[in-house]
Amino acid sequence: MKSTTEAATEIAAISPRRFLPPVLKSVPYYVLSGAAAVVFLFPLAWATFASVNGTPGSTQTEGFGVGNYTFLWDWQNGLPTYFFNTVILACGTVVITLTVSLLGGYAFARFDFPLRNTIFMMTLAILMVPVVTLLIPLLVLLKFLGIQDSLLGVALVMSMFQLPFATFMMRVSMEAVPRELEEAAQVDGAGTFDVFRRIILPSVRPGMVTVALFAFLAAWNDFITPLILIATADKEPLAVALTTMREQTIGIINYGSLEAGVVVMALPCLILFFALQGQYVRGFMSGAIKG
Amino acid sequence: MGVEWSSAPASRSARQGGWWTTRRRSRQLMGLLYVAPTVIFVAVFFIAPLVLVANMSASHWTLLGGNKGLNLPDNYSAIQESSLFWPAVVFTIEYTVLATVMLIGLGLGLALLIQSGGVWKGFLRTAFLLPSAMGLASASLLFYGLYSNQIGPINPILETMRVTTSPIQFLEEPLSALWWTTFLIVWRFAGFYMLILLVGLQAIPRDVYESASIDGANRWDSFRFITIPLLRRSLALSLILCITGSMLAFDQFYILTQGGPDNSTVTIVELIYHYAFQSQNLGTAAALSVVLLGILLILNAIQFLSLRGAEEFR
Repeated sequence: MKSTTEAATEIAAISPRRFLPPVLKSVPYYVLSGAAAVVFLFPLAWATFASVNGTPGSTQTEGFGVGNYTFLWDWQNGLPTYFFNTVILACGTVVITLTVSLLGGYAFARFDFPLRNTIFMMTLAILMVPVVTLLIPLLVLLKFLGIQDSLLGVALVMSMFQLPFATFMMRVSMEAVPRELEEAAQVDGAGTFDVFRRIILPSVRPGMVTVALFAFLAAWNDFITPLILIATADKEPLAVALTTMREQTIGIINYGSLEAGVVVMALPCLILFFALQGQYVRGFMSGAIKG
Repeated sequence: MGVEWSSAPASRSARQGGWWTTRRRSRQLMGLLYVAPTVIFVAVFFIAPLVLVANMSASHWTLLGGNKGLNLPDNYSAIQESSLFWPAVVFTIEYTVLATVMLIGLGLGLALLIQSGGVWKGFLRTAFLLPSAMGLASASLLFYGLYSNQIGPINPILETMRVTTSPIQFLEEPLSALWWTTFLIVWRFAGFYMLILLVGLQAIPRDVYESASIDGANRWDSFRFITIPLLRRSLALSLILCITGSMLAFDQFYILTQGGPDNSTVTIVELIYHYAFQSQNLGTAAALSVVLLGILLILNAIQFLSLRGAEEFR
């Protein structure tokens, strides 16, 4: 009698692909995966190269240098303004999304109240409606609220788009926290907010990081929301400002500076991605579960 | 017996009634308090705009002049009569089919490439995922330079390698504009779909493959009769996300092609933007937004029902 592991190895040994010599088997794999990796990495590498490499028509006309970046620094309202606007939008969205979804998630996970399921389903229903369908009336509505053409208004709208994922994530994370600790705290006379602050919040930190990461990336990169809701140039975030750069001059476009702008926009996202890759994959999987 | 059992909790709650209901009520109140910000958000930024967009779609409503009263069928008939509407619908559907086939096909290919192991699978996964950390707008701007004649590297490289004799015109022809925009989308999103499908692939137990290969199944058989059916849920999720996302395509065409050449790449969302800001007619833009919402709800219902049908069939 053979052990199961021995039998398994034997089966593996006779499976068809094992008949190929090892080198031949791995050559197509390396060619294919190597080509794919080049295709995916090349545009990023090229954009970085093109932003510092001199070309006619760009500010940096020859050799290597940061001419394209210095041009961008003073371009129109100046890179610092656009960068600051983008940071405000992204951080504002993170703060608003976290605050609303933490409180909401706590309510859904731990309390029973009238219309609980209806409110939860309504929050998730935001996902079903195209962004643009809401942006056209929001253009009018923000004016009515007196926050038209403002970073605050755009951050509030961006937070609303984040709410389904964030609320779902917070509810699931909080439901996974064991109730024993809370019950003990309640017996000791702790109020519901004490429980939230001292027991729930520390336990859902990974979920908070995921929600914050996704809200930040979405707000940092959102294009159509500020394009429709922002009318004044000095309130534009990077994505919108750089696109007007593309439209700016007919004929010769300052492509070098455009790619410099792309690098400025992409860099924070890529840094966050490398720092929080695990969170990215994890959050994304819990996002996938909802489907 | 049964009567005694059922009456027991009732008598207990009657005895403890006062304390118990006050406590329950205060917890209900606390719950409502915590959910209040969510309710306000959903009411003000989701429900109110939905009501308003319906109202706007039935009114003569301009960008600068505001509401000028009801004109009910006018906005909807104006859309239908517009020479841009049907081409935009057809183009959006064409693009959706192309992008969905490419993204799910290549996403699955990449997932299988990672799944087959190899020394550098961690590196490969990061490489494929890296573009999805970037924004679609910045990716589009990147490719705007990449495809340009002035600075683009592809034609010089191909010419040095003597692969092509005349330079590729990336965005000048309607069909090549569609293909090269899809290429950008594949670059930006394939890693995302790879990840969904990889999650599904990793959930398939290895011994299913082993017993199939004992039964004499070759690799194609295993792929066709094991991988695809067991991956059905991940594939369905990818399909829903991909179709919905592509139907709402905007950034990539607005930035790369600006709807051109000759309005050949105008999508439905671009047309909404065009109505709102070029024609400055929010009423028509709202009407088209309502039409788009309707299309998406129908698409989602069909996909949901067919997914549920497939589950029951199993």
